Amino acid sequence: MSIFEWSFVAAVLTSATPILFAALAGALCAQAGVFNIALEGQMLWGAFAAVAGSYYTGNAWAGVLIAVLSTALYSVILAVGAARWKADPIIIAIGTNLLSLGLTGFLLRVLFDTSGSFAPQGLAGIGTMPFLAGIPVIGDVFAGQSVLVPLAFVLIVAAGLWLRLTPGGLRLRGVGEHPDAAATLGIGVARYQTWVTILGGGLCGLAGAQLSLGNVTLFTENMTAGRGWIAVAAVILVANKAFWLPVACLGFGAAEALGFRLQGIGAPQQLTDAAPYAITLVVLVIMRIVVTRRRANTLVPKETQA
Amino acid sequence: MIARLTRHPAVVPIGAVVLAILIGAVIILLAGLNPIDAYAAVLQGSLDPRNLDYTFAVWGFICGMGLVAAIPLRMGEFNLGGNGQLVLGGITAYVVASQLGLPGIVAVPLALIAAMIVSGGFAAVSAPLATRFGIPIIISTLLLSPVAVAVASYLVRFPLAEKGSGNAQTPVLPEDAHIWSLGDLRYTSVGLLLIIAVMVIFYVVDSRSAVGFELRVTGANRRFGEYAGLKPGRLALGAMGSAGAVAGLVGAIIVLSSPYRFIDGALISPGYTFAGLAAALLAGGRPALVPVTAILFTILQVGGASMERTAEVPRQLSDVLQGVVIVILALRVVLDARRAGAGKDS
Repeated sequence: MSIFEWSFVAAVLTSATPILFAALAGALCAQAGVFNIALEGQMLWGAFAAVAGSYYTGNAWAGVLIAVLSTALYSVILAVGAARWKADPIIIAIGTNLLSLGLTGFLLRVLFDTSGSFAPQGLAGIGTMPFLAGIPVIGDVFAGQSVLVPLAFVLIVAAGLWLRLTPGGLRLRGVGEHPDAAATLGIGVARYQTWVTILGGGLCGLAGAQLSLGNVTLFTENMTAGRGWIAVAAVILVANKAFWLPVACLGFGAAEALGFRLQGIGAPQQLTDAAPYAITLVVLVIMRIVVTRRRANTLVPKETQA
Repeated sequence: MIARLTRHPAVVPIGAVVLAILIGAVIILLAGLNPIDAYAAVLQGSLDPRNLDYTFAVWGFICGMGLVAAIPLRMGEFNLGGNGQLVLGGITAYVVASQLGLPGIVAVPLALIAAMIVSGGFAAVSAPLATRFGIPIIISTLLLSPVAVAVASYLVRFPLAEKGSGNAQTPVLPEDAHIWSLGDLRYTSVGLLLIIAVMVIFYVVDSRSAVGFELRVTGANRRFGEYAGLKPGRLALGAMGSAGAVAGLVGAIIVLSSPYRFIDGALISPGYTFAGLAAALLAGGRPALVPVTAILFTILQVGGASMERTAEVPRQLSDVLQGVVIVILALRVVLDARRAGAGKDS
């Protein structure tokens, strides 16, 4: 294997990681029965807060922390509105997505007196893992990545185990699957939904921080550019099975990384930019066809028995 | 007396707007700027008699995009792909008006109709995606939109590009293919009358026809609709198709109006789609109210530029206010619950 190909694997991981964090947030909310489509706006806010935090403190990790906390705070609007007050989560999400697009652009102008993009000299990015450089394969793929990249996978596994193995995880799934039954057993449905949505906000903060301080070290207006929606699509695609999320997100990461490669050999940027969205939609359709066919196959014998 | 006043249906939307304007004022204050100057500049910039021509044109576009959101909203579906539908209509109209070499009397109507068919067909794809494959309309419209935007952007930059121009734009349309303007107005054209006509049609269909009733029943309670024998799949196809057609019409009107060319990004960057969505949500999807709520977002959109110039408040504040209005509207259920509780006590 040549370095060239491992660098492509690394590029796939880089593209997939922000989507992975956001998709994990979406999947956890889906498990608890909250349809969270506010990922896009929360991620954008996280990206902005990370850059602003790193710029003012001079420390990338302070930026990450500020991104996580402020995005969690931002998600309180959705958490309390949808879970506690039973408002329509879709309308809240449309509003908060638009709000963070406007607010980040507004603050970019007010705080940094610039529009479009903000890339100050010496902005601290998240540290990479150069100590891995000597190891074959792992070094090629991970050495240049931010520390958040492996963290995404650790968090996915941890979330999956938590959902399967712990009482808290079981209750969370119960809340999503049958809220009335869960309430009968004395579980605070609204409380679980509220906290999981806020946790999701924190994860979207990480997603944004990885995007603006990990993949690059700058903020541009609307820099999430639909990644939050791809994360929502990934959640729908894996039908709430957190363990399959990495596969779906790596697929989208591959589409984006392949786009960059194709641009390098002269394909028009406009068309490669659209590829991840088109591929996402096609994969969703194919998955549905496969799933329904499989379901139909298992149903046939039962019907003939009856 | 006061209790009766607070129950008036107009209280919630007006209250949402007032609250959003107050929150906007706080944000401007926190930024160290003057909110009164800012809002005064918004009003002056948009309602100045010299600008009214442009303001009316924008009001038409926002009304149109309001319908694009409101029609599916009637049956409880969200169409967030307005940008893609708008751009596809614009590029289709440009191709028909410029490449076929037809005389103006044929070219303009044909371009408008072609744009409506292409965008309508494109938007309608989301209906079978939802009914056959279970992909929510809100997701499929959002994923399809950037694809259409990218294709249009590619066409403008390469096959249809103006030779020797640094900007990503097409050449100017032949004089013959310009949409007919009203008198000597520069921006307001026959297009505005067409959009008003479409609004009237939507109002009549919604309130007077069986299809409109079926749409509203499905929106109010989908399972009841299915029980009553309605076909949500077919309704979704019609709703998305007509919403897309309206977006295509708006895109075509923009391209056939001054500056009479397709400029990459020019259809999207003014934010007509989300201003229209906000207007539709503020109107609660009611067709008769969309043109009223659109006035607010038109003033914000047109006045944003002069607010930026004279009060140094970034125009992104318009997006902030749209977002705040939508969030407040979503959270109004709390108020409804309070009221229901108060009603029980008395």
